[in-house]
Amino acid sequence: MLQLECPWCGPRDEEEFTYGGEAHITRPPEPDAVSDAAWGDYLFFHTNTRGLQSEQWCHSHGCRRWFNVARDTVTYRIHRVYRMGEPRPGFDA
Amino acid sequence: MNRYSILSLVRNALSHHENWQQAWRSPEPKPRYDAIVVGGGGHGLATAYYLAKNHGLTNVAVLEKGWLGGGNTGRNTTIVRSNYLWDEAAWLYDKSLRLWEGLTRDINYNVMFSQRGVFNLAHTLQDVRDTWRRVNANRLNGIDAEFVTPEQIKAMVPAINTSPDARYPILGASLQRRAGVARHDGVAWGLARAADARGVDIIQNCEVTGIRREDGRVTGVETSRGFIAAPKVGVVVAGHASVLADMAGFRLPVTSHPLQALVSEPVKPVLDSVIMSNQVHGYVSQSDKGELVIGAGIDAYQGYGQRGSFPVVEHTLAAIKELFPIFSRMRMLRQWGGIVDVTPDACPILGKTPVDGLYFNCGWGTGGFKATPGSGWAFAHTIAHDAPHELNAPFSLDRFVTGHLIDEHGAAGVAH
Repeated sequence: MLQLECPWCGPRDEEEFTYGGEAHITRPPEPDAVSDAAWGDYLFFHTNTRGLQSEQWCHSHGCRRWFNVARDTVTYRIHRVYRMGEPRPGFDA
Repeated sequence: MNRYSILSLVRNALSHHENWQQAWRSPEPKPRYDAIVVGGGGHGLATAYYLAKNHGLTNVAVLEKGWLGGGNTGRNTTIVRSNYLWDEAAWLYDKSLRLWEGLTRDINYNVMFSQRGVFNLAHTLQDVRDTWRRVNANRLNGIDAEFVTPEQIKAMVPAINTSPDARYPILGASLQRRAGVARHDGVAWGLARAADARGVDIIQNCEVTGIRREDGRVTGVETSRGFIAAPKVGVVVAGHASVLADMAGFRLPVTSHPLQALVSEPVKPVLDSVIMSNQVHGYVSQSDKGELVIGAGIDAYQGYGQRGSFPVVEHTLAAIKELFPIFSRMRMLRQWGGIVDVTPDACPILGKTPVDGLYFNCGWGTGGFKATPGSGWAFAHTIAHDAPHELNAPFSLDRFVTGHLIDEHGAAGVAH
């Protein structure tokens, strides 16, 4: 069982959260202007790192706000929780 | 290879079973092969077997980082069925089911394929409509399927709770009678033995650490036992597909998640078919040893740890208890997890890659076991001919660019 530290509500069990996948991806501002490959890449190709990766989580059964988590996908250790809009942390923390 | 038969059993009984030939050799890797299959699970071993049997490619190695069938092949809930909604998926999975029907005889190894029937339950009116749609789609594809009422279900599965007062009452089910279960690790051993008999080298404890390329062509793989050259490399590593794709310099539209299963203490025969429910979300069958074999969904978040999250176990058992109140006091003996590679459309990726001579077979998600022989059959064709068979051509990597997805989430993406 994971315990995540919601930036607004504090530590809560994983069941209160929704997983949002890869963090720091941007929807192409003009979808009509990008190639099928670029659009497909945005829609379907996401990081699947074995190790540390940045992910989006939503406290859906709490404050319903989104935030980012840097988590190790092997040990499941959470290295850092940070707010949307903050830069990707260096993974030395 | 000594053939297994009643006569060989008797003969070996006379010598106290001390003279059985080992099932497969453990050779040192050669410096070079005509083709390498990375991953010694069921799919990889089936690929090697069909490369040798159907395409005459016998200078082949299967490289396995651990032991045969130690990954998802030995971790799944062994359900085999082919009642998929869309034509492309239905054809591929039914090819596999037809291979299952002859597999024991074909490889001279009892994989204990038991066509005991699979029920996919419907608990809501929408479920009922979707079930009818899938049953009709299956029939149009020549796949056996029938809609059964709660009374018919109760007659065949007496332990199930079909009370209309249940919180999620059972309103019907699809039944595929040709579907069933097989002995999962026996499948790995049998295919390994059959591939080995045709000259395939099966090399365990050999981890691939790099994929060597020149001018966009694969030339071999770096392994924990040194470089091994091959002009063709097929990768079938399930949950670690992204890791191998990274080594080859491209990305895959898959995410890796833990999928759990658990078994109960063994009890006397109580359930002689497979029961699956998407709505309450669980599936259960009874093994020949008497254990209930239970599974459900993946952990919602990505992970490579071969263990699952506790809330998933809770939800799974709540679902099973809803269906079978009689099981409420069963004790669970073991629980484990495997890493499944999930694609956006719940269908596999089986074909060529941006690197010439490098082929990937991945993305089977939560339902790969049933596809073991069909997947190997189609993948072997793809490797041998450097082109997909028409059965797996729709499952190319570039469908995630063209948008031609095969969306099996509704019919098959949840329960396997």
